[in-house]
Amino acid sequence: MSILVIAEHDNVALKPATLNTVTAATQLGEDIAVLVAGHNCGAVAEAAAQVAGVKKVLIADAPHYAHQLAENMAALVVGLASGHTHILAPATAAGKNTLPRVAALLDVAQITDVIKIDSADTFVRPIYAGNVLATVQSKDAVKVMTVRGTAFPAATVTGGSAAIETVAPATDVGVSSFVGQQLTQSDRPELTAARIIVSGGRGMGNGDNFKLLEDVADKLGAAVGASRAAVDAGFVPNDYQVGQTGKVVAPTLYVAVGISGAIQHLAGMKDSKVIVAINKDEEAPIFQVADYGLVADLFAAVPELSKELDKLKAAG
Amino acid sequence: MKILVAVKRVVDYNVKVRAKADGTGVETANVKMSMNPFDEIAVEEAIRLQEAGKAQEIVAISLGVTACQDTIRTALAMGADRGILVETDAELQPLAVAKLLKAAVEKEKPDLVILGKQAIDDDANQTGQMLAALLGWPQGTFASKVELGDGTVNVTREVDGGLETVALKLPALVTADLRLNEPRFVKLPNIMKAKKKPLEVLKPADLGVDIAPRLVTLKVQEPPKRQAGIKVGSVAELVDKLHNEAHVI
Ligand SMILES: Cc1cc2nc3c(=O)[nH]c(=O)nc-3n(C[C@H](O)[C@H](O)[C@H](O)COP(=O)(O)OP(=O)(O)OC[C@H]3O[C@@H](n4cnc5c(N)ncnc54)[C@H](O)[C@@H]3O)c2cc1C
Ligand SMILES: Nc1ncnc2c1ncn2[C@@H]1O[C@H](COP(=O)(O)O)[C@@H](O)[C@H]1O
Repeated sequence: MSILVIAEHDNVALKPATLNTVTAATQLGEDIAVLVAGHNCGAVAEAAAQVAGVKKVLIADAPHYAHQLAENMAALVVGLASGHTHILAPATAAGKNTLPRVAALLDVAQITDVIKIDSADTFVRPIYAGNVLATVQSKDAVKVMTVRGTAFPAATVTGGSAAIETVAPATDVGVSSFVGQQLTQSDRPELTAARIIVSGGRGMGNGDNFKLLEDVADKLGAAVGASRAAVDAGFVPNDYQVGQTGKVVAPTLYVAVGISGAIQHLAGMKDSKVIVAINKDEEAPIFQVADYGLVADLFAAVPELSKELDKLKAAG
Repeated sequence: MKILVAVKRVVDYNVKVRAKADGTGVETANVKMSMNPFDEIAVEEAIRLQEAGKAQEIVAISLGVTACQDTIRTALAMGADRGILVETDAELQPLAVAKLLKAAVEKEKPDLVILGKQAIDDDANQTGQMLAALLGWPQGTFASKVELGDGTVNVTREVDGGLETVALKLPALVTADLRLNEPRFVKLPNIMKAKKKPLEVLKPADLGVDIAPRLVTLKVQEPPKRQAGIKVGSVAELVDKLHNEAHVI
């Protein structure tokens, strides 16, 4: 087994999803190389070299990797593929953008959202919004797959001492270029890495009302998420969406406020350890998965929750 | 400019899918089928580009069983000009679909190809990226905005941290995300008109493509069910339970 893990990063720091992918890699074998492709991304390579379980770090540093566009990333990875039995990336927007392209160029299948590794060629993945799980066996020489972060613990960020090797950049494919980005600014934890998440749905009524949730989130050190309906209505940015086609999360505590619990939303949060639902409709399907349900108007309950948290804190 | 849109026939998103008792697949007998929701968004985007005078012809293509004709007719009723069905009863995995679509692209020579970002049955999120790779084209995946320029297209993409815009040289491939547009409802007279629009039927062999699956599904099963918990009577009780019983705050 020789496993290549594509690191996710912003040229400055390694994204946590990479650590879960490394853990999945350790279940396949010990010979684990991490590819850091970016621009002026030396610090990321150093960080990757410290991660427990990583044997080698490959760094490809060039201006045309600055934004990790799929066309250039795929060309690079395909050039490095030979000799590897598995190529893994986190099942994030970036991983899902690049890896199918790699697989097609290698003429192999790609396996999306792996949640369990049964053996070197057999994997479990959710289909139909997680209503069913499929166990699939790959016949291909190279297994190319994205790994769902919530299904594997994060590898420790220290303890490794991998060698860092520079690899030559592939030629710039030159068909695409980066124009700009609008990233959501927040001091709160990232959704997929948060221990607690407070999410709002259509019941929030408007974007301003999300301040009620932000207040509670700040008291809990939580991230703020949302349903598709809340995003579609423009209450919050697209990167808040939790669900089948948004982010998949599994925090210790997930608080769903004014969310009905459609199957597509549940697909993104039903593996949370403890689920709380606050909804004025006692028939809302979200209560079927909630450990603690509160039938109440959120506009009364959420401010009260904020006060109760203050009391709890004061009581120490 | 010519646009090719791929539309997949899938189990309707409102259906709660169940695994067959023998674990060989999911129950699809007597289940409502619809166009993949992301593909409706893809078709809508093509129509809007045509309505804005930026595209002349829209071709809708589907791959699969004979009944996929219904899905193509829906796209035609929305406003696509003609349809292509690549008909087969065989299981089609994303790589095979991408290869068949590549052959169709070489035949039709569109300037822009739009797919959905994800089919809600296999949840693969691969076919567009694979097709772009096989064609050597640039890709704008998870699009929430598509702006055609002169020989280029700017695509705003929904990424994990927010939005990102890329410029692609045409011909290019786009996959539609949820916020790209809101698809129109099909009007009855348009359903009648759609019946008269041309629909060509091909076989995978006509396109000279090997569609053999690369993955074998060993079993399909339902995940363990989550048990409903309790209802609490007040916010104070909720906080008490979370602190003293669940120990999560
Ligand atoms: C292809 C596709 C992909 C999708 N992907 C996703 C996805 O990734 N994530 C996702 O979330 N959805 C997704 N959806 C949408 C999903 O089907 C639902 O439409 C959506 O989750 C509903 O959001 P909601 O619960 O906020 O809104 P609603 O279903 O409208 O529920 C609002 C809830 O708020 C409650 N409420 C209203 N006012 C109050 C109040 N004052 N106090 C307390 N409660 C109140 C109501 O009782 C209701 O239960 C997808 C749909 C499709 C077709
Ligand atoms: N059998 C098919 N027929 C038509 N389009 C398809 C088919 N399979 C996949 N697609 C297209 O590819 C997109 C992504 O599918 P997937 O990669 O399976 O998630 C879909 O939204 C469709 O646009």
